[in-house]
Amino acid sequence: MPKANVTFEKLGITVSVPAGTRLIEISEKVGASITYGCREGECGTCIMKIKSGMEHMSERSVLEDKVLQENMAGRSDRLACQAQVLGGDIVVKA
Amino acid sequence: MIQTPDAVEIAPGTHWIGALDPGLREFDIILKTANGTTYNSYCVRGTEGVAIIDTVKASHAEEFFRRLEQVASYDEITTIVLNHLEPDHSGALPELMRRAPQAKLYISTKGQLMLKALVKDAALKYNVVETGDHVELGGRTLRFFTTPFLHWPDTQCTLIEEQGILFSGDVFGCHFCDARLFNDQVGDFRFSFEYYYQHIMRPFREYVLNALELLEPLPLKLIAPAHGPILREAPLSYMQRYRQLASPLLHNEVGANNKSLLVFYISSYGNTARMAQAVVDGAETVPGVRVSMYDLQAGGNLPFVDLIEEADGLAIGSPTINGDAVKPVWDLLSSLAVIKVRDKLGAAFGSYGWSGEAINMIEDRLRGLKMRVPIKGVRARLIPTEEELALCRDLGVQLAQHLSGTVQNRVISMSELFAQEQSHA
Repeated sequence: MPKANVTFEKLGITVSVPAGTRLIEISEKVGASITYGCREGECGTCIMKIKSGMEHMSERSVLEDKVLQENMAGRSDRLACQAQVLGGDIVVKA
Repeated sequence: MIQTPDAVEIAPGTHWIGALDPGLREFDIILKTANGTTYNSYCVRGTEGVAIIDTVKASHAEEFFRRLEQVASYDEITTIVLNHLEPDHSGALPELMRRAPQAKLYISTKGQLMLKALVKDAALKYNVVETGDHVELGGRTLRFFTTPFLHWPDTQCTLIEEQGILFSGDVFGCHFCDARLFNDQVGDFRFSFEYYYQHIMRPFREYVLNALELLEPLPLKLIAPAHGPILREAPLSYMQRYRQLASPLLHNEVGANNKSLLVFYISSYGNTARMAQAVVDGAETVPGVRVSMYDLQAGGNLPFVDLIEEADGLAIGSPTINGDAVKPVWDLLSSLAVIKVRDKLGAAFGSYGWSGEAINMIEDRLRGLKMRVPIKGVRARLIPTEEELALCRDLGVQLAQHLSGTVQNRVISMSELFAQEQSHA
C-alpha cells in the first residue's frame, strides 16, 4: 500500500501513514495543537497550514473550498477533517 | 441615577446617541456588571453628510432612535459604520437601515461573515474597509484602522481626523453605567476598566500590542469607546495602561533564551506528589529550562492563571478519584479561557487506584485548549514504583527538550501510534 510521511513541524514528529489517511486522524493521535469542531467540513475550526507537500494532498472538494474561502484562509491552508494525504512527504505547521 | 433623555454633544457636531442599561447585572454570561453598562453610539455631522457610528442592543433601540432623531433626520444619514458586529452594537442596525435606506454601511473585511449571520438578508449591501481607507463627510474625515481580535475577528476603530476623536469599539471600553458619561464626571471606574480588559482583551494580548502600534501615534484628543465612560480627560493614559497590561512580564525573571515549565499537582496520599517531583527532577537536567512546581491545593486559580500565561509549558498531576480528575484540576483548566494558551506544551500524570482515567481526560482538555500534547502522560497504580518514577523523570526530560528545542525528530508509523494509544487506554 502506498505510504505518505507527514511531519508535524512544531512537535518534531514524522508519521508514516497509508495513502488516503485524513490529516485529522493523524493530528489527533500525535497531540498537535489543532482543535476540532464539527469534523464534517463545516465549521472551519480545524484549519491547518501545509508548509510543503501540498501536491501530495487530495484536491479541495467544493465544500472544503467554500469553508476555506469563508474563513479567508490562504492557499496553504486545508481543513484537517477533509484533506487526505496521498503519498510523498508533507510538512504541516502544527 | 440621573437619566438624560437627550443626545450629548461630545465635540462640535459630534454627539453621543447611545443607550443606558443600568439594570444589567451580567453581560454575556461571563461578566458581572455591578451598575449595568452603556451601549455607546455616536452621530457625526459634516457639511456633506451625517454618519452613525455603531448602534445599540436591540432591546434598547427605541432609546437610541429617540436620541438620534434629536440631532439628525434619517434622510440626512449618508454613512453607517459598525466597528464591531456583536449584537450589543449591531442590534438596531436592521431597523436603522430600514429607516435610512440611502446610507452606506462600512464594516471590516472580517465583519462580512458576521454581518450575514446577523442580518439574514441576501440583498444587503455594504462596503468593506481596511486601515488607510476613509470616508468624507465634508469637513469631517472618518479614517479606519483594522484592529482584529479586539476582541472579535471583525473589530476596527474609526477616527475623526479633524477632531482627533477615536471611536474605538470595545477597545478601551468597560461595563460601567453612569449618565454623566465622561470619565472626568463619573467617578472611579478603574475596577471596571481593568476587569473588562482582563476578561475581554487579555486572551488577545498580541493583537492588543499590534493595535497599539497603529493607534499610539495618532494625535488623539478623545477616545469614545462602545461601552462605558467617554475618555476625554487624559485619553492617552488608557492607551498606556493597555500597553502595560498587554506586555509580557517575564523579561527579567527568565533569561532571554530560557523557557519555563510549570508542574502543578494535587495529591491525596503523596503518590502524585512524588511523581510530580520526578517530572521536575527530569526536566531540570535539561539546560535552558526553568522548572517550577506548585501544589494546586495551596493556591488560588487567579495567580496560577497569571503564571500559566507567562509559561511555555505545563504538566498537570492529578489522582483519579471516582473515574475523574479532581475538582481543583478542572477549576484551573476551566479558568484558562481568559489567557492565550494555544501552542503551549502540555502533559499530564498521576496516581490512581482502579482505573486512572484522569490522565486522558486532562490531555483531552489540554488539546481542546489548542495546546500541544506530544508526549503521552504517565500513570501509576497507587504507590509509584522506581520504574514508574523513572518514566516520570523521562517525561520531564522530554518536556524540557521540547521546550528547549533539543528534541530529536521522531519517526513513527500510524500502527505504532495506535499501539501507543492502546497501551494507555
